[in-house]
Amino acid sequence: MRRALVLVLVAAAVVVVPAYGSEEHPTLADLGNEVICPTCHTTIDQSSSPIALRMKAFIRERIGAGDTKSEIKDKLVAQFGEGVLAAPPKSGFNLLAWLLPLVGAGVGAAVLAVLARRWRHGKPESPEPGPSSNGRAAITPDLDRRVDEELARFDA
Amino acid sequence: MARRGKLILQMAAVSVVALLIALFAWQLATKEQARGLTAALKRGETPPAPAFTLDRLAGDGEVSLASLRGKAVVLNFWASWCEPCKEESPRLESAWQRYRDQGVIFVGIDVNDFRGDARKFVERYGLTYPILHDGQGSTIGRYGVTGFPETWFVGRNGNLVGARIQGPVKDSELNEYIRRALAES
Repeated sequence: MRRALVLVLVAAAVVVVPAYGSEEHPTLADLGNEVICPTCHTTIDQSSSPIALRMKAFIRERIGAGDTKSEIKDKLVAQFGEGVLAAPPKSGFNLLAWLLPLVGAGVGAAVLAVLARRWRHGKPESPEPGPSSNGRAAITPDLDRRVDEELARFDA
Repeated sequence: MARRGKLILQMAAVSVVALLIALFAWQLATKEQARGLTAALKRGETPPAPAFTLDRLAGDGEVSLASLRGKAVVLNFWASWCEPCKEESPRLESAWQRYRDQGVIFVGIDVNDFRGDARKFVERYGLTYPILHDGQGSTIGRYGVTGFPETWFVGRNGNLVGARIQGPVKDSELNEYIRRALAES
């Protein structure tokens, strides 16, 4: 149990510490795939268009000035609008873009769970006869046997 | 109750799909409208110029195209990082000086650009006509602008006239299409 807890803590540190470092002391590579080139609509790390080169230079300047990742992104948004971010910010109306896939996945999982449960429990080993499609009482095995006997006699 | 829940889920799913289709249709319509403008001009028609309201680059308020009704408008889309724009700017400034007292206004729309870079550009080339900033590029979709510089002409009545000039505009084109824009009333 203790070993598992240590493993979880180490895993959390591996994820959180670099993220924190990237926020406080970002590199161009950290931002290159999070910022969109407005003329070519790809991330700036994949573009060598004039504006993408200028944006990279701007990011380098701001990193040199000691800006955090969020501050640099805010400055880019002030110039080019929110469309400059590869992922929408997690606030206001844009929060929907983050929440809807999660809600969709949750609803999908719930539907699958319900269906799986129905399939597992809804099919008895030897099904009891249910109501017939015409709304009358369903045919019982005894009645079924008698019908077969009558038909056999009729054929003979 | 379960049936009601199912119905709500179905309605929600249909609404989402309808919304996505509407969004797709709107995008197509915008692209088609921009393509239609060029085709209409080629046929000699004068379609209404797509409306916009943008901040002045200098930061002193905003300008809408509608507020310029009654004047012939030369709309020039540019950016400070655009090399051909550097060659074109002195020509535009010179034409602006010739036409400014004749009911003509030149409007530069600085697109997808840093404001600071654009201000340096304006200072360097001594541009005195109004410059608007469109950092997000909201106008280029409406006009179907595919590169910079690009110039359009709007008549006194708010309709596009002449031709869409892709690349640096020539003096002869400025003279001809400004004359046509002044004639539209």
